[in-house]
Amino acid sequence: MKRILEKAVKWLLTASGFVTSVVILLIIGFLFTEGAGLFREPVVEEGYVLVLNKENPVSAMTAAEIKAVFDEDVVNWKDLGGPDMAIETFRLEDVDEYFSAEELGPQYENAGGAIAGLVESRPGMVAFVPGSMIPEDAGVKLAEDRNISPGEVFGGREWFPTATPAPLFGILPLLAGTVWVSLFAIIFALPFGISIAVYMSEVASEKVRGFLKPVIELLNGIPSVVYGFFGLIVIVPMLQQVFGLPVGESGLAGSIVLAIMALPTIVTVAEDAMRNCPRTLREASLALGATKWQTIYKVVIPSSMSGIASGVVLGIGRAVGETMAVLMVTGNAAVIPSSILEPLRTIPATIAAELGEAPAGGAHYQSLFLLGVILFFITFLINMCVEYISARNRAKNS
Amino acid sequence: MNIPPYPAGHSARKRRSQTIAFIVFRVLSLLIVLVLFAILGFIIYKGAGVISWDFLTKAPEDGMTSGGIFPAIVGTLLLMLGSAIVAFPVGIMSGIYMNEYASRGWVVKFIRLMTNNLSGVPSIVFGLFGMALFVKYLGFGDSILAGSLTLGLLSLPLVIRTTEEALKDIPDGIREGSLALGATKLQTIWKVVLPMGMPRIITGLILSLGRVSGETAPILFTCAAYFFPQLPSSVFDQCMALPYHLYVISTSGTDIEAQQPIAYGTALVLIVIVLIINLAAGFLRKHFEKRLR
Amino acid sequence: MEKIEAKDVNFYYGDFQALKHISMSIPQNKVVAFIGPSGCGKSTFLRLFNRMNDLVPGARLDGEILIDSRNIYAPGIQVDELRKEVGMVFQRPNPFPKSIFENVAYGLKVNGVRDKEFIAHRVEEALKGAALWNEVKDKLNASAFALSGGQQQRLCIARAMAVSPSVLLMDEPASALDPISTAKIEELICEMRDQVTIVIVTHNMQQASRVSDKTAFFYMGEMVEYDDTKVIFTNPHKEATQNYITGRFG
Repeated sequence: MKRILEKAVKWLLTASGFVTSVVILLIIGFLFTEGAGLFREPVVEEGYVLVLNKENPVSAMTAAEIKAVFDEDVVNWKDLGGPDMAIETFRLEDVDEYFSAEELGPQYENAGGAIAGLVESRPGMVAFVPGSMIPEDAGVKLAEDRNISPGEVFGGREWFPTATPAPLFGILPLLAGTVWVSLFAIIFALPFGISIAVYMSEVASEKVRGFLKPVIELLNGIPSVVYGFFGLIVIVPMLQQVFGLPVGESGLAGSIVLAIMALPTIVTVAEDAMRNCPRTLREASLALGATKWQTIYKVVIPSSMSGIASGVVLGIGRAVGETMAVLMVTGNAAVIPSSILEPLRTIPATIAAELGEAPAGGAHYQSLFLLGVILFFITFLINMCVEYISARNRAKNS
Repeated sequence: MNIPPYPAGHSARKRRSQTIAFIVFRVLSLLIVLVLFAILGFIIYKGAGVISWDFLTKAPEDGMTSGGIFPAIVGTLLLMLGSAIVAFPVGIMSGIYMNEYASRGWVVKFIRLMTNNLSGVPSIVFGLFGMALFVKYLGFGDSILAGSLTLGLLSLPLVIRTTEEALKDIPDGIREGSLALGATKLQTIWKVVLPMGMPRIITGLILSLGRVSGETAPILFTCAAYFFPQLPSSVFDQCMALPYHLYVISTSGTDIEAQQPIAYGTALVLIVIVLIINLAAGFLRKHFEKRLR
Repeated sequence: MEKIEAKDVNFYYGDFQALKHISMSIPQNKVVAFIGPSGCGKSTFLRLFNRMNDLVPGARLDGEILIDSRNIYAPGIQVDELRKEVGMVFQRPNPFPKSIFENVAYGLKVNGVRDKEFIAHRVEEALKGAALWNEVKDKLNASAFALSGGQQQRLCIARAMAVSPSVLLMDEPASALDPISTAKIEELICEMRDQVTIVIVTHNMQQASRVSDKTAFFYMGEMVEYDDTKVIFTNPHKEATQNYITGRFG
């Protein structure tokens, strides 16, 4: 009886030992299946087709081209590799301009044929209509049914997931936003973080350190919404005034808030590394006539460099993944920023802001999961860097 | 050997650069303390006037432009409780397995790697995952259950790590002493190892609750309700939560004038919760350290 | 001529008195060994000579320690200047995580020597002085950690000597080394006595008798006996010394 219990408990414990591995597998599994679905979605909104005149040599268009056509940014087929011919766009809601109610029939049952006829008669026309409306024997052709390609997503410079007829899922602006905000956050946090770590581990008395440590822990414990709220109420208006910005919500506001949030991570890990620097090394340096400060920057910091690097990388990880605070203060404009003073939008903020509105299972929904996958991999890579650094450090010290 | 050409005055120069460097460190550290106090002070100053018995015990009224935040407080407490139920048993068991049972080095290394990776996963990714698995796939819908499970998974790495570290500090001699008296491994863990590690484990658990109380991103799509004035009646209900309430009220409010005080009050309540948790953890740590000495 | 003089030194760690009424003088260019059981205060006393104990919180000193007739605890004395004059070699080899060259050059650089030629020259001189030159001259840029324990300790001696101190403190410098490395260190000590005054703490009595001119025996924070090494090891005046060197306790 006793032995069976021992066995059972052992199995139970073993099973729970692997729970984090299982969770990671599940995260990867669920995010991937949803995210990868994006590449099985048609470029044009599901159920809809683009109807072209038979004579038109153009038959395949990218999402960006479709958007440009319907936004009337591109108005001639020659820009798309076709003949020199003006583009006429047709959306379903334009139907009343071309046809009377009688022509369409009381239930719009004739609309399909009418539109097909219209496109047939106008060589430069492209119509965006539900696929079921167009009769099969109509004398028109449908634009090639393509799926969203990875190139369009990973190389796309525009994020416009609600555009019709073709939503744009270019992640470059979001990636750029994430990188900008995190980069500046680390640039701000680094001098503070290292200084405080040095001060706490090398300079401060035990009493001062005993005061600073809880302060840093508390800074770490404040919820990110509170940082976001503080940033929104205090930092955003301040930046608006100082830099004379039209809106204060900007990459800079995000970076400042993130810098404060990433600071505790950097300080804690770096301080730990410096305190672990052997006392005998410090004594050797001091015994040669070096001052404390010389000892710090010539011996302590170099010998705890890998720990400090881990702290910085972890801080970057925290900044990259932070959602709420960034969502609240960066202004969320999905454009590739040209300056840190402009509003921008990060990957996590995009997920948080848009998932609520994206219809489940649609391309937009799946694109947000794809962002989740990308985010997961960025932080996974960051973690692996930290693991690598500390593993190398352990090997060096043993 | 001849005396090296030590430059005159170098000693004074290097001492001066030390003084300057240390002053810079001191000033930067002071600045961070000021930042913390600025944040705390600002929110306390603005929020203290809002706090009243009614604010804490009443539901929001008039389209969330007046009334209290009672449902949000209850929601946050429920989520803390739910995540604890999810994470604590599994996390502690996992920590015990890592330190007491896992015999082969690579197993421990692998698990630790996975745990570290999980702790680095951004909270919004947990939110996505929770939505896909609990809300959609398992069909729990937006519910306290889905929110607790998501938050539980999020706090799991922290629980595992504190348990493992607490147990690691217990000397092997104590285990051997118990085993030598004929106790089984399980008895040794249950009667000797766990009681000794408990103080530090509990401290870690409390801190993980602190983290859970402030998380917003994971409950955005798994649980949090914009407005749900009655108290939830089952785990399949949605609920309000303090951090989410603060978020919606400060970003998508309908009447900024009327809602800003509520936002300050909510932020203050959140901060007080975090402060209490941190103080409790610090107090416990000190208390147990003293007892061990 | 007296190089170091201690006058009625009392030293406390908080409430604990680690050294009691110690007075002694150490002559120039001699080797003086401190022996005694662990915890007797010999290392603590040694570390007073370069004020290494300043780092210990709650430490307090009564009495005077004079080097070249100057009280090194007087106000206005700069510890970094003092430590340039009083080098130290530690119990375990503690090279910096830098190259061999950088290790030896460190002391010169932190004390403001910029002349590259001089530094290179001095590094060579110091490494030769520590009988390490022939072993490392082709890999001066290699990490100091690549050396064996004995080589590392000789590197630490070279590092201390490069600054050209007039006193060298050695805190059980061979306790972590094998017998062959130990013999090399002892040989070095004998050679270096022309250049510096050496104070060495050791728990190895043969070592003390081999390398030192004078020996002091410490017990429970007190200096029991201090005399020529020959006298201490052949004809000590105190019974405690006799007991210790014959191995009856300790």
